[in-house]
Amino acid sequence: MGVEGIGASVVRKEDRRFITGKGRYVDDIKLVGMTFAQFVRSPHAHAKIKSIDTSAAAKMPGVVGVLTGKEIVEDKIGNLICGWAITSKDGTGMKMGAWPAMAPETVRFVGQAVAVVIAETKNQARDAAEAVVVDYEELPAVPDIRAAIKSGAPQLHPEAPGNVIYDWTLGDEAATDAAFKSAANVVSLDITNNRLVPNAMEPRAAIAEYNEAEEHFTLYTTSQNPHVARLVLSAFYNIAQEHKLRVVAPDVGGGFGSKIFIYPEEMVALWASKKVRRPVKWTGDRSEAFLTDAHGRDHLTKAEMAFDASNKITGLRVKTYANLGAYMSLFSSSVPTYLYATLLSGQYNIPNIFAEVISVYTNTVPVDAYRGAGRPEASFVVERLMETAARQLKVDPGELRRKNFITSFPHQTPVIMAYDIGDFGASLDSAMKAIDYAGFPARKDKAKSEGKLRGIGFSCYIEACGIAPSKAVGSLGAGVGLWESAEVRVNPVGTIEILTGSHSHGQGHETTFCQLVAERLGVPISQVQIVHGDTDKVQFGMGTYGSRSAAVGLTAILKAMEKVESKAKKIAAHQLEASEDDIVIENGEFKVTGTDKTIALPMVALAAYTAHNLPDGMEPGLKEGAFYDPTNFTFPAGAYICELEVDPGTGKTSFVNFVAADDFGRLINPMIVEGQVHGGLAQGIGQALLEGAVYDSSGQLVTASFMDYTMPRADDLPSFKLNHTTTLCPGNPLGVKGCGEAGAIGASAAVINAITDAIGNNRLEMPATPDRVWHAIHGNA
Amino acid sequence: MPTVKLTVNGRAVSADVEDRTLLVQLLRDNLNLTGTHVGCDTSQCGACVVHIDGQAVKSCTVLAGQASGSNVVTIEGISKGDELHPMQAAFRDNHGLQCGYCTPGMIMSAIDIVNRYGGKLDEDTVRHELEGNICRCTGYHNIVKSVLDAAGRMKVAQAAE
Repeated sequence: MGVEGIGASVVRKEDRRFITGKGRYVDDIKLVGMTFAQFVRSPHAHAKIKSIDTSAAAKMPGVVGVLTGKEIVEDKIGNLICGWAITSKDGTGMKMGAWPAMAPETVRFVGQAVAVVIAETKNQARDAAEAVVVDYEELPAVPDIRAAIKSGAPQLHPEAPGNVIYDWTLGDEAATDAAFKSAANVVSLDITNNRLVPNAMEPRAAIAEYNEAEEHFTLYTTSQNPHVARLVLSAFYNIAQEHKLRVVAPDVGGGFGSKIFIYPEEMVALWASKKVRRPVKWTGDRSEAFLTDAHGRDHLTKAEMAFDASNKITGLRVKTYANLGAYMSLFSSSVPTYLYATLLSGQYNIPNIFAEVISVYTNTVPVDAYRGAGRPEASFVVERLMETAARQLKVDPGELRRKNFITSFPHQTPVIMAYDIGDFGASLDSAMKAIDYAGFPARKDKAKSEGKLRGIGFSCYIEACGIAPSKAVGSLGAGVGLWESAEVRVNPVGTIEILTGSHSHGQGHETTFCQLVAERLGVPISQVQIVHGDTDKVQFGMGTYGSRSAAVGLTAILKAMEKVESKAKKIAAHQLEASEDDIVIENGEFKVTGTDKTIALPMVALAAYTAHNLPDGMEPGLKEGAFYDPTNFTFPAGAYICELEVDPGTGKTSFVNFVAADDFGRLINPMIVEGQVHGGLAQGIGQALLEGAVYDSSGQLVTASFMDYTMPRADDLPSFKLNHTTTLCPGNPLGVKGCGEAGAIGASAAVINAITDAIGNNRLEMPATPDRVWHAIHGNA
Repeated sequence: MPTVKLTVNGRAVSADVEDRTLLVQLLRDNLNLTGTHVGCDTSQCGACVVHIDGQAVKSCTVLAGQASGSNVVTIEGISKGDELHPMQAAFRDNHGLQCGYCTPGMIMSAIDIVNRYGGKLDEDTVRHELEGNICRCTGYHNIVKSVLDAAGRMKVAQAAE
């Protein structure tokens, strides 16, 4: 490892612009002649639009245009799509209702756009939007899962009777039922996985520009995957052809899944820019983010685990209702199915698993992938069951887990996934040592003498990342392949540009991807530039989500690097009159091994571009590309242990210690990896203690601002103690697994397990607010 | 439209703005100082924190007109040429940022915290004082580390001056 190579905690190259205020986010961009869009949104959760009167708004100062859903339909702009087909247990396809970018007839959630005002200034657009008069006929609303599945419930979409989108199963039902029949002990739990709002700090934004002469669009947008945005916008929405649409995702202020999807606002901005023949900018405010960004989680689950007399797990049975909101967002269907039920084996040998997932429509914001996406929900089910079982069976929670760990690899679970490698015992050992588990009873007693209830909770999570082998996901219903592409350009002077289909919105790719180049060529990272987020520069890419950038994106770069190195070695050998096999690369030089003959990379690059003296038949230039499709998912795993105290007088929880022991395979930049874990833990802890989207019975989002939705703040969280154990991923040449979602996947169960341990009551829902905890201690008195 | 005159990052500036214009809008839209960000509409997130006459203020809570005559410093105004402010350097060195969106507000708040507490800062105080700045990426762990590190650096820098 060099000072800037793989494994070095190199400070980030991208930081200088962010700490000096020179980042360039979408809202920072100004175009000549730019206009501003303000959407008119439904105040009702469910209503018929009787009429929209735009005449007063159209006459307001500065107004350039007022457009409605009716015109979207007239212009044959396509409905929003869901890109993952799920088949119900009866063999029928998922029941998808139409989702136009602006509602022409019916609104189905508060915040759904019905019209847009385009004006010269943002304030003029806002003023005029107030003047659009919409006459609604209110319809009864369905605010949550329980209301959606009630017999006689109001129907959202004619395509989906009973509001059911699909009723899907995975696993062997008969074998699982048999395991429960012969079980020595059965543990069961009812679990609510609370609905979350992603809340990346940068609100979504879009600027669309139409060039009339070229019939060409440019879209600047807050996207985690600009190429997928271009593909979907062109292939399905009838707005522009792919070669006539450039999508740019510049600096993006966090995503956490919510910026994967193509939203109505980007579609409308593009369409409107052609209608008004001016660039159109839309910048969402935080209220709009709450009302329109895809939410996360929102499951109701009944889960049961069967054990034999020796406390070995013999079966797991899960029935989950998942709320997908009012419309099916881009990957919504896959989250509670293939990203959830396939992880229900956790870290354990479970011979029989059966899961049924029923996804339903409600009059709420669409729900889709949010950090972890399905895997936090699965991990929470499994780890809450394990802790509950340990208490019921009166065994140590660490020992019960250890007894059931998978210890030989590869391991085929009964729910599709084939785990390639891991050492779950090692991460549990590491975490137990870090928290001094042996000393816990004494600490608990001491806390008790001080009037505090102290608890400890485990969570041994596993996730499937990389997402993933294209053939595999295709066979499961995905509408896209999930490979990644890269191009390595060595310039004539020897500097290097890496073009990648991955997109960095906080992950630090501009540093870590350079570290691979430094490792292989021995050049300083200052000589390397990462190019991403622009469909005009990078040919194609699938973007960043599912902890995939290192395992898939960086491996694609490695593949392209290997091609470049191979050609460069041929040129060096030719120049040095040596055999290609004798050339080694060291410190930016090509060396004939065992001699002092060298040629520096810039000279090799120059030779490639002058082409005066290349091997016979070799093409000039030094630029190579690669597409990399992984052969399996990767399986990051680890153990989290949380120790906390509850004040029985107030129900308030205070952290004593939170330790993590993660196995991410090889670490490219440990500093950045730890930063990813910190952020994930904060979101997992936020789910456990603070966050929850609440709708009232009429479908109004009660928690629609930072005043009402509790975001984790600095004084809500502890400092974390992170440890790593390592098994190298055999599925990719770098041995990396991915680290972006782990914290959010594993943390919430550790926290709830610790609180329920402290208070001696296992019935506690998230978020475990002081009020809920107090009532769990004292009853409803 | 009324004219607002103030000093921003040491330069006298003036702009004609509507009465309802917020200071953050003046900075971003009129003066092109886009380092100051807007992350919410309820003055909760702190992405827009700047210094007005030496104090950290959320620039979304101040009308541009109210800032008339005052001395405003934004994230663009705290480094000396290429030399980073110790707080900026501490955020970089401690990985105190990821997506960078909350960072300018964090740094401006953090400088004010160190100015007020001097060497008497500890982790609990930093966490309490940062309550008005929301970050979704870092879990605050490395932000707290950065602020404590910068407190030491700023003391050294002050002693050297």
